[in-house]
Amino acid sequence: MTTDDRGTHSHDHDHPGTTPDVNETGYYELMAEAMKELLIEKGVVSADDLRRNLEFLDSRDPADGGKIIARAWTDPDFKSRLLEDGTKAVEEMGLTMGDAELVVVENTDDVHNMIVCTLCSCYPRTILGLPPDWYKSKSYRSRAVVEPRSVLKEFGTELPDSKTVRVHDSNADMRYLVLPQQPEGTDGWSADRLAEIVTRDAMVGVVLPQA
Amino acid sequence: MTMFSVGERVRIKDSHPPGHRRTPFYVRGKTGVIERYCGDFKNPEELAYGFDGTPKRELYRVRLAQNDLWENYEGPASDTLDLEIYDHWLEKVED
Repeated sequence: MTTDDRGTHSHDHDHPGTTPDVNETGYYELMAEAMKELLIEKGVVSADDLRRNLEFLDSRDPADGGKIIARAWTDPDFKSRLLEDGTKAVEEMGLTMGDAELVVVENTDDVHNMIVCTLCSCYPRTILGLPPDWYKSKSYRSRAVVEPRSVLKEFGTELPDSKTVRVHDSNADMRYLVLPQQPEGTDGWSADRLAEIVTRDAMVGVVLPQA
Repeated sequence: MTMFSVGERVRIKDSHPPGHRRTPFYVRGKTGVIERYCGDFKNPEELAYGFDGTPKRELYRVRLAQNDLWENYEGPASDTLDLEIYDHWLEKVED
């Protein structure tokens, strides 16, 4: 059969190695959809509220987080305020935490911080955007608390035993952002240039930023 | 005046009530130290069932030694796990 025959032969047989393009709706997807329809029908939220919230979340990305970190590296007073009250400090930059509070944890020569949510996938979405799939995976969520050093190694981050690994389980009302150490060789860089090397994963604490 | 103070040793209750709980199983019955008081928050165990979440609960960050959580933990004794626990899940530890 040549490619020209595509679609012209009958389809009572399978094509090995291909997956039919059918979206089966899962149980939880159906429940969420039903809940959404009910909330709209009863006037608790409007379809427009929902759309606006989704648009807001989709508009967020880790660049905002990078700007926060770069400013903390270049402005010691801001850094103090950020560590003291993260929620208020990011408001200065026009960013919001929504209903949650922000706790910023600082990496030092002695301490490395990493973030997980074992109960679900709590994440500082308003400043980093939606979490990556691995952050939501059961594997990361369980292993990050049991064997954080092995998980870090898989991300390419090997830490000496002299450095304390501090895992933060965001299981309630706080959201966490790691303030990494400024990499060597970046002295004198502008905040804009520094912001570009602060990756999402560095702010979750699974990698170290590279110059 | 909060119920617990920073640096105080606390035990997370070894309790298994049914319903929506925010205290992960792996820390229940474990002992740690208050790292900070986070503020008063509506109780998620009530909010989950459509109640108003009051009275608000004091929320604390508790720091636990990884060695106290897991047998044969892979890292050094200084490694920690910090998480948030509401006051009604905490009890004082007599020194």
